Amino acid sequence: MSKTAVAKKEKLTKRRPINSALGGFWFVFPSILAIVFFVYGMIAWTFNMSLTNKNSVSVRELKYVGLKNYSDLIKDENFTHALTNLLKFTIVFILGALISGFIMSLLLEKGIKGEGFFRSFYLYPMAISFIAMGTVFNWLLNSATGKDAGGVNLLLQKAGLGFLQNTWYASPTGSMYAMAIPAIWQVAGYVLALFLAGFRGIPDEMREAARVDGASEWKIYRYVLFPQLTPTLLTVLIILGHMSMKVFDLIVGINGKGYVTQTVAVYMWQVTFDNYDFAKGTAIALVLLIMVAFLVLPYLRYVNKHEAYR
Amino acid sequence: MRKNSLRLVAALAAVALIATGCSSSSKSENTDTQFEIFTWWASGGEAAGLQGMIDVYKKENPNTEFINAAVAGGAGVNAKAVLASRLEANNPPDSFQAHAGMELDGYVRTGKLEDLTFLYQEEGWDKVFPADLIKTLTVDGKIYSVPVNIHRANVLWWNPAAAQKAGITAAPKTLDEFFAALDKFKKSGIDGIALAGKGDWAIAHLLDWVLLATLGADKFEGLYKGTTSWTGPEVAEGIKNFQKILSYGNKGAANLDWPDAGKLVTSGKAGFFIMGDWASAQWQSDGLKLGTDYTWAPAPMKDGNVAVYQWLSDSFTLPVGAPHRNGAIAWLKVCGSKDGQDAFNPKKGSISVRTDSDLGLYDDYLKAVAAQWKTDRLVGSTVHGVNGNNALMAAYNSAVGKYFSGGAKDNAGLAKGLQAAYDAGKA
Repeated sequence: MSKTAVAKKEKLTKRRPINSALGGFWFVFPSILAIVFFVYGMIAWTFNMSLTNKNSVSVRELKYVGLKNYSDLIKDENFTHALTNLLKFTIVFILGALISGFIMSLLLEKGIKGEGFFRSFYLYPMAISFIAMGTVFNWLLNSATGKDAGGVNLLLQKAGLGFLQNTWYASPTGSMYAMAIPAIWQVAGYVLALFLAGFRGIPDEMREAARVDGASEWKIYRYVLFPQLTPTLLTVLIILGHMSMKVFDLIVGINGKGYVTQTVAVYMWQVTFDNYDFAKGTAIALVLLIMVAFLVLPYLRYVNKHEAYR
Repeated sequence: MRKNSLRLVAALAAVALIATGCSSSSKSENTDTQFEIFTWWASGGEAAGLQGMIDVYKKENPNTEFINAAVAGGAGVNAKAVLASRLEANNPPDSFQAHAGMELDGYVRTGKLEDLTFLYQEEGWDKVFPADLIKTLTVDGKIYSVPVNIHRANVLWWNPAAAQKAGITAAPKTLDEFFAALDKFKKSGIDGIALAGKGDWAIAHLLDWVLLATLGADKFEGLYKGTTSWTGPEVAEGIKNFQKILSYGNKGAANLDWPDAGKLVTSGKAGFFIMGDWASAQWQSDGLKLGTDYTWAPAPMKDGNVAVYQWLSDSFTLPVGAPHRNGAIAWLKVCGSKDGQDAFNPKKGSISVRTDSDLGLYDDYLKAVAAQWKTDRLVGSTVHGVNGNNALMAAYNSAVGKYFSGGAKDNAGLAKGLQAAYDAGKA
């Protein structure tokens, strides 16, 4: 190798570190740009729209009206109805999915025979889209009872549990609880998988140490395993929470945009694209965003704090 | 005198012919190489009918490429959202589909649509379309859309075998007769009326007719002109009738879409069905026969005056700034023409807007309603966009959905909700 070639090579190797320091940034730059524009830019645009008087297609002159669209929302009975519906749905959905998923993971946690099969078996509903499932559950949750019964009601009747029949999502008070059933059915397997991963993350030595110390099986779970699952629990809560806040496809799949089961996202669609009330629609979208943010931000902070230790 | 008027009609028809003749010479004006329409007719008889019209268009405009931007979804649930965003971005299609009537009101007020009155005069449509219809379409002396079809909303359907079993010999003409017939169905062991609650609109469709039947045509139209009160005694009586009719409904209605509810009727499990005449088209495509599997009558009316035709119509428009304006005008001419309408409607299961359509192409039901279309008093449908804009319709449906899902108890609340819907439409 000639001298000049060596010098050239040294030069190249010397330049490389500078390149990679800045190069990293340039590699992620396009996605930063895309996110700034398509996420944060659009949020800003949405917020801007929600401050205007663009309440129908017949508005000629755009004017800023401050927070009027937001204060109108508070007075809007349909919006409070949608919000109440969402709240009912969220509570039942989160509790239901959490409890059923957790119990299933407890059953699988010991490493029983055929665990892999059960894991995929329970996770499988997650692979079905909400909209397809909505169509199926629209039929299953038929509200007719007695001799006209169909779907789940017919099943209950045939099983001699006729007294359990009810009108499901057609009921004015219980509609959202009925809506939570298919949602729970779908994500319980996912919760199971998350908790199972959580259990597997706990080293066996801890159980053994507890056993050596004479702890009963219940005490091992109560004082050794459960506390270690807190981060998993938090993750599950956040995932379920934001899924629930944004629920739209399931509801529309089952009952269209029907009043009785309207949630915030469904109402937002109706206001924006059926009424063409863009200002109010964007205001609802932002309220929804803030609600989800309240849920997600503490989680992000928690994760950031803990990731830093690792 | 009579002879004179006949002569006048003949002369006008001749003028119209000449006018269409002229338009064929003005066809050369269509130099656009492309043309895009926007519809939600993406499947079934609707798509087939649209294709019929497109064929007519292609024959007359061989040099224009036809782009059919159809967005699937009944009654335009998805299409309207896409269309709104395109118009918002000032990127309109060359022509788009909309229900004729007040549904277009917002676009008219913002000047998004071109005035098409000149086409009506050139093509003689102002003569061959019924006067009641022209009156409804006209906003401040201008017409902004070309209707291609007419559906009848207030049709009473039933299964002849079930009616015979229940001892119903004649179609009810008044609400009292209607209630008597409902009782007979109930006695024979089936539900009096089939209801479809999914998404609220079919129940709202029923209420729209009940209000029309209770108030009569003039008072009903007054509701949307501000001359009849929504919270007055007439509407209250209408809601009471509505409540009573709902009590004869099938259980589990909340889950049903209108085709499901229709099947209850054709299979003899429920008595009556109030639905637009797209039901007939659906049943025929299911292989059912008019007269044996189902039959119909004009829905009952106040004082038995059943010669009231509650209509709705799909129409096409010309957006301001359409990139291929000449292509669009050629399309609108096809839409209003006898050839175009007779190519579309028999397949779609609706009648032609024109009073001179070739009835030989239509089935027995459509022939009968086409005759009524020429003579009946015409009243617009609320739930299908004639009487009110989108905001009114959405609020109307929500109010009815709230009432129905709440067990049909809060009559005063419904009246208030309807009043609010009317106000929402004015804003």
